[in-house]
Formats: sequence, C-alpha cells, structure tokens
Amino acid sequence: MTGKLLTVAGLRAGYGSVAVLQGVSLDVAAGQIVAIVGPNGAGKTTLMSAIMGLLPRQGEVRLDAAAAGSTAAMVAAGVVLVPETRALFADMSVADNLLLGAYPRRRAARTDRDAARADVFALFPRLAERRHQHAATLSGGERQMLALGRALMARPRLLLLDEPSLGLAPRIVRDIFRVLADLRTRGLSILLVEQNARAALDIADYGYVLELGEIVLEGPSAELAHDARVIATYLGTGRQT
Amino acid sequence: MTPFVFLALLQDGLTSGAIYLLLAMGLLIVFSVTRVIFVPQGDLLALATLTVAQLQAGGVPGTLWLLDALALAALLGEIAGGRTTRRTLAAWLIYPAALTAACWFGPRTDPWFAMLLGIAIVTPFGPLAWRFVFRPAADASLLALLILAMALHFVLAGVGMVLFGPDGASVAPLTSATLMAGPLAISGQSLAVVAICAALVGGLRWFFGATLTGKALRATASDRLGARLVGIDAAESGARAFALAAFVAALSGVLIGAVTPIAYDTGFEIGLKGFVAAIIGGLASYPAAAAGAVLVGVLESLGSFWASAWRDVIVFALLIPVLAWLSLRQRAAGEP
Repeated sequence: MTGKLLTVAGLRAGYGSVAVLQGVSLDVAAGQIVAIVGPNGAGKTTLMSAIMGLLPRQGEVRLDAAAAGSTAAMVAAGVVLVPETRALFADMSVADNLLLGAYPRRRAARTDRDAARADVFALFPRLAERRHQHAATLSGGERQMLALGRALMARPRLLLLDEPSLGLAPRIVRDIFRVLADLRTRGLSILLVEQNARAALDIADYGYVLELGEIVLEGPSAELAHDARVIATYLGTGRQT
Repeated sequence: MTPFVFLALLQDGLTSGAIYLLLAMGLLIVFSVTRVIFVPQGDLLALATLTVAQLQAGGVPGTLWLLDALALAALLGEIAGGRTTRRTLAAWLIYPAALTAACWFGPRTDPWFAMLLGIAIVTPFGPLAWRFVFRPAADASLLALLILAMALHFVLAGVGMVLFGPDGASVAPLTSATLMAGPLAISGQSLAVVAICAALVGGLRWFFGATLTGKALRATASDRLGARLVGIDAAESGARAFALAAFVAALSGVLIGAVTPIAYDTGFEIGLKGFVAAIIGGLASYPAAAAGAVLVGVLESLGSFWASAWRDVIVFALLIPVLAWLSLRQRAAGEP
C-alpha cells in the first residue's frame, strides 16, 4: 500500500457566485497516474485550478496530509500544473522556457539544472533541436512537449495535466502518453484530466468520471474502461477524439 | 536653415532623444510586467533633479525624510503581515538608514556624491509606489490602474511643490568640457548623456537577456499565468520593474537637469514625451521605442527652431497618426 500524496475532500470552487465544483473528493497515491474524464464543462479545468490554489477553494486539499497552501506554496512543495493553454513564454526561446521551469529550484546547484535539462532533452529530442527557437514558432505537439519539459525542469513530485491531448494529432497523443507512462516508472505521480477518455484510461491506474461538478463514478481504470455507462458515453465503439 | 544650425539642433535633439529613450524604456518595463502606465515617472524625474540641486546647494532634501517615513510604513506593514525577511529589512530599514547617514555626514555638496545620493534617494519611490498604490490593485482593469497612475502623478507633483517650492532648479553638469568640430561646438554634457544612455541600454539588454532575474521579469511580461506556475513571485517582479523605472527616471533627472532647469511640474511633460516614444513602439517593442525617442527629440528640437510656440503641439500631434497606424496594423494582424 503506497501513501496518499494528494487528498481532495468535499472541494467546492467556482468563479464569483457561480459554483462549479459541488464537493469533489479524490485521491492520488504516490507513483500513480490518476485520470479524471468527463465532458466539456464538467469542471475539469476548475478542479485543476482549485487544487493548485489559482482559485479560492472551500473544502479540503491535502498534500502529504498537510493542508495545501497558496499556488506559490504548491509549486515550492513540488506540485506543477501544465494548464490547458500551456501558458508558455511565447516570445522567449525554448531554452529560456526550460530554464524558467527550474525557477523553483534556482538555489540548487547548476549541475542539478543541467541534469534536469538533459533528462528533458532525452525524453523530447525535438526540444534540443529547437532550443534556440521562440516558443511561439513551435507546432502544437512541440508546444505540449515544451510545456511538459518546462514542468519537469522543476523536478516535481506531482504533475497536474489539464487536457494534454487537446488539439494534437493522434500519433503525437500516443507519444505524449507513452512519455507519461514512462515518467510514472520513475516515481512521478500524475493527475490528469482528459476528454480523450480512451487514451487517459489506457495509461491510468485509477479513474474518476466528473460530470456537472460532481464525481459520478470511480474505480481502477481497467474496470472503468469496461463499465457500460463509460463505454456508452465516453468510449463509444469507434475512435474518440 | 544653414547646415551649421541644423547640426546644432540635431545635437540638442539627440541629447533629449536619449533622455526620452530612457524614460520610454522605464515605461515599457513597468507596463509589460505590471500593466501599469507609469505616468508619475516624470514626477520622479523632477524630484531627482530637485533633490540633487538641493544637495549640491548644501541642503538636506525633503525627499529623504519622505523616503524614511514611507520605508518605515512599508517595514511596519511587512512586520504586521508576518512577512519580514532579510530582504525586506535590507530594503526598508538598512538602506534608508544608510542613505540618511550618508546625507548627514557625507560631502553632499560634492557634485558627484550629490548625484549618486539623489538617484539613490529617488529610486526607492518606484517600489514604494508599487507597494502602496499599484500592488493592492494589481488585478484591477487597465483603466483603473491608469486612473491610479494619474492620481499618483498629482500627488507627487504636489509633494514636489511642498518640499521644493515652485521654482525650477538646475544641477551641475557632469562635465563642462566642449569639443570643437570645425565651427560646431559639441558639448561634453551631450556626449556624456548619449554615452550614459547607450551604456544603460546595453546594461538592460544584458540584464534581460542573460540573468535569471531579468528572464523572470520577461516571463511575467510574457505570460502571467505561466510565470505564476513556475513560482515567479508577481509582487517581487513588480517591485523590480518599478525600481528599474524609478532608477532610469532619477538618472534622467540628473542628466537633463544640467541642460534645462526643472521645476516640480516640468517632469510630467518630459515624461509624456517618453510616453510618446513608448507608444511609437506599441508599448511592446524596445527598438521601435528607441527610434521613436530619437524622432521625438529631433522633431522637438527642429520644431523649436521653426515655430517654437508649436513645439509641443508638433510632438504630441505625432501621436495621432502613430496610433491610427498601430491600430490599423493590429487589426490587419487579426488581434482584438
């Protein structure tokens, strides 16, 4: 039994007077990939923002059993979010984007940062080729690689990924998800929200279904992938995008 | 106009252009990092000239006491908020105390000492403006921030009037040397101004291109959310941007104060010309702002020869075609 890294209980959050999350509870165990699937507007992005402290939250968010703090405190504790928009520094070079990804560890030795960058370049050789280009000139797939690479430069313990497959060609989605599975074997925990339920449940250990701000279903992802309701709604018979 | 007169006017224009360039860079840095249009930058320029002039005349400037009072308030605020760090202590306790001691015991009538001390006194007003005026409203709309900036301009101009009176003052030039190039006299002060501006531009390029702190500021300007997610503290970035802007404003005040007398209300107009240059750069491009600054300086200088009463009209009227062109280009590029 591995320890719980992230615990969310009865989380409510929203924008102003509009409540989006109606009391969400979920867990991420250390070294696991946990997927949250659900349709557009279910509150997936809101959930990520609330966990990260970008939105005011009510309810419980715990990291290692300690109450989670502000966004800055979450980053310092090794939680990194890759948002749906990627939030890259578009007018800066790939190398500078990666360098700034290591900003939370700026007091660490330079060799430590170089090692992190070597790891990122080993995962995404394309980024090494493009290191002098501006982030704005990258293709959609390369931008997602850079967003992931920048997140990994912080050597996170928990990676929060908001729609990593959004807008990407199926072949690139496969590549990205293969990298995520690879990262898990190195001990990284990942919480990802996805509309692409098939790809997400394929690599996840555990899954939740979020609808209208509530968790309506949960279970080991292999079971979830065979659940009649999930198949009907999210997996269908053909390919889902 | 003879070529000789033209060259003399060009020299004047380039000198003021260099000053406008410094101000435009300060505005761009603050705007891109915090979205504040830092209107009171010109008032800080005037405060710097007046502070240095008073130091050189042997007085103790009121801005020093104002700095001590505001720094103390900032320090108490940090203590009350439980955020006291070694850095806040250094910034709001040790630094002002050291300046006060330097002013009290140092050779303040020495022109160079007075200039450095004056710049050191005025620079912290940038971060203080951020701390007390703009940081509490950091998420407000552009318009609200602009209104705050206008209000702060009136406050600072009033403070300048109270502390230094209504009269203009000049500071000693950096050098009184004159170079003769044929019939044309090139003033050493003009050369010094251009050289200092060039050095500062090079320094800023290095800061933003090669240091992690500079890159963190660019990151905040480039993508606010992204900067937050890599752990860059927006409050700290804002303080740094305002410190840079206040520093260039104070330096400009010392440089221009040797050429033109500056009164408490002159700074605003000079700041506006830096703003025109920054607008020519679309509030985003540094090279375009530099070209704009030189254009404003030369246009103003030539304008004062042809029709001196129309000098400012010509410079500010330049804004209209520039803004029209920028908005057309932006629409063509499909931006909102």
